[in-house]
Amino acid sequence: MARRLSWGRLPVVHQLRQSVGLQRGMLVAGLVVTAIFLLTAIAAPWLAPYGFSQLRADGVLFGAQQPPSAEHLLGTTVGGYDVLSRVIWGARTAALVIVVAIAASIVVGVLLGLVSGYFGGWLDRVLVVVCDAIYAFPSLLLAILLAIVISGGQSDLWGGSLAAAFSITVVFIPQYFRVIRAETVRIKAEAFIDSARVIGTPHRRIMGRHVLRNATRTLPLIVTLNASEAILTLAGLGFLGFGIEPTAAAEWGYDLNKSLSDVTSGIWWTALFPGLAIVLAVLGITLVGESLNDLADPRLRSRRAAAVGAGEVAETSVVPGGALTAGPAGLGGLEGSGTLGDEGIEVRP
Amino acid sequence: MTTTTDQVTTADPPGTGTSRSTPPRKKTSGGGGLGRYVLVRFLLIIPTVFILVTTVFVVMRSTGDPITAALGGRLRADQLAERIHEAGYDRPLVVQYLEYLGGIVRGDFGTTISDNRPVSEVLTTYGAATLELAVYALIIAFLVGVPLGLVAAHHRDRIPDAVLRIFAILCYATPVFFAGLLLKLVFSVGLGWFPVAGRASTGAELQMMALPDPSGFYVVDAIRTGDPAVLGDVLLHAVLPGVALGLLTAGVFLRLVRTNVIGTLATDYVDAARSRGVSEGRLVRTHAWRPALIPIITVMGMQIAMLLAGAVLTETTFEWKGLGFMLAQYLQARDFVAVQGIVVLLAVIVAVTNFLVDVLAALIDPRVRY
Repeated sequence: MARRLSWGRLPVVHQLRQSVGLQRGMLVAGLVVTAIFLLTAIAAPWLAPYGFSQLRADGVLFGAQQPPSAEHLLGTTVGGYDVLSRVIWGARTAALVIVVAIAASIVVGVLLGLVSGYFGGWLDRVLVVVCDAIYAFPSLLLAILLAIVISGGQSDLWGGSLAAAFSITVVFIPQYFRVIRAETVRIKAEAFIDSARVIGTPHRRIMGRHVLRNATRTLPLIVTLNASEAILTLAGLGFLGFGIEPTAAAEWGYDLNKSLSDVTSGIWWTALFPGLAIVLAVLGITLVGESLNDLADPRLRSRRAAAVGAGEVAETSVVPGGALTAGPAGLGGLEGSGTLGDEGIEVRP
Repeated sequence: MTTTTDQVTTADPPGTGTSRSTPPRKKTSGGGGLGRYVLVRFLLIIPTVFILVTTVFVVMRSTGDPITAALGGRLRADQLAERIHEAGYDRPLVVQYLEYLGGIVRGDFGTTISDNRPVSEVLTTYGAATLELAVYALIIAFLVGVPLGLVAAHHRDRIPDAVLRIFAILCYATPVFFAGLLLKLVFSVGLGWFPVAGRASTGAELQMMALPDPSGFYVVDAIRTGDPAVLGDVLLHAVLPGVALGLLTAGVFLRLVRTNVIGTLATDYVDAARSRGVSEGRLVRTHAWRPALIPIITVMGMQIAMLLAGAVLTETTFEWKGLGFMLAQYLQARDFVAVQGIVVLLAVIVAVTNFLVDVLAALIDPRVRY
């Protein structure tokens, strides 16, 4: 049955249409900043004046810790690299890590959550306890441990980025697992699943066609929140010295670590610009995520002028209390009561 | 789910699966339910901690033995093999694992490789510094986050709200180490108001070391010296790290207070107060903010994990000699015995805090227990 795919049904576009006033402003601002970040990542070779590991132009060394000038708009680092170039190339590294980390954690998390929630039993119990334990673990520490294992420290662009990406992947898997599992448990009890089984539909088909397609409504929100967290975790890893070699790729956290000693002697340009790049990238993505979260929660959604007076509405925020405050819900999490309300997120006032 | 809790069988909540035909009891005010909840919740820590310790062990060992990692390039192969044999790292992994578990139960986390100290000593020496930093950060977070959250809720969807929400997101979007670097640039290097790094200046540290049995909490020790100059020095050193780490959490508190106050302002009892003519400002101040604080306590559990991770980065930025600073040092030295010890301790702290927070939440809000 070919349903006509209209633009208005796509996740972010739908919310954009739904939003009004200030909330729309925040969403649009977030989308613009995110788009700039992604475009920078894609166009880095053309935008950056120099290569990320370039030390000299026309046979002349850049020199270390040069203040901003016409040749080096943002100055040079302690290692003699051009700050502007490394900031621009850093966007590419960050984007690469985000995409790999999120794609991998969605695949694994959704698959585990689906199987776990659908079949239940001891596997379900074990997975829930393990995921809760991982979830309770400070994510940066977990990422550090995994970075040690995967790369043993530093390596080239692909090796280093992939190591960072997969460390972050493991940190994120429990989030997708929990959400998809909770949804699966809920959907499994619906009548249409029973009907599918009565007519002899195999489990795989039920899971793929009937459960999964109805369980993905919250994924865009978690993806945006994870994307911003992924940038912060990558930068944290780089800051602690688990980054990627400066000759292999530009990484903002690593550059900030190298600028630690510069700051004490009053050199501001090596710290300020990579840091601002992190803040802007995270800010843009977070603004999108926040807006999606608020729009999904009728209590927080700005009301259209005519449609006031909604009365009491069930909480449908993906994470009660706001998206950034996700936490292991104690017994609730273990019992699979889920972090989702029963009401549809699509409720309009 | 757990059947080991039958000792405290007062007032079985419905639907817990135990179908014993006890005579119906008069429901008392739920005190027994709390006891049962606390016990079940406490028992749940054990698998959590066990899984964490096991995960850390397996992950760390899958890279090889710690001695090769730390001293790999520096010793000849036969010397290396000898050291590995002495330390017992050539035995089956299962034996090492059981021994490690046994050691942890006795409070023995092994000995660091790079500087040959008992890990437990490292933990006790530097743990106090990290806790102290976390406390400063929480104080800042409360002082900044809660009032601003109330203001944002009061001015919902107007300019102050927008500004404050952007501020909250900025708090969250700024990595602590960048916030730290900026604060250092402006207030230490630029204005010279605060010291650049460390927990206290050398003179003050010597004075505190001279105390009998120093606690490691510099504020406590500074008060004990009785010298206001020492206390002032310690507090000056604490401002920038505390603010850097505190702002991260302040953003979360701000959002949380705002969301919850908006939620409470829509409830019937607030409507009732409003209809009696109570002003909007007064509604926020006296009616809505108290129930809105309850979720903050629940979120604190999550915040402790975030604070500890943030502390690792903050301590590195400010050379604050706590667990995080040492963790970074040991990571550089590839001393994985020490890393393992610190990570396990932090994980246990997180698990225990989550437990305490859940109990606290249950004490405040009876609906949490079941």
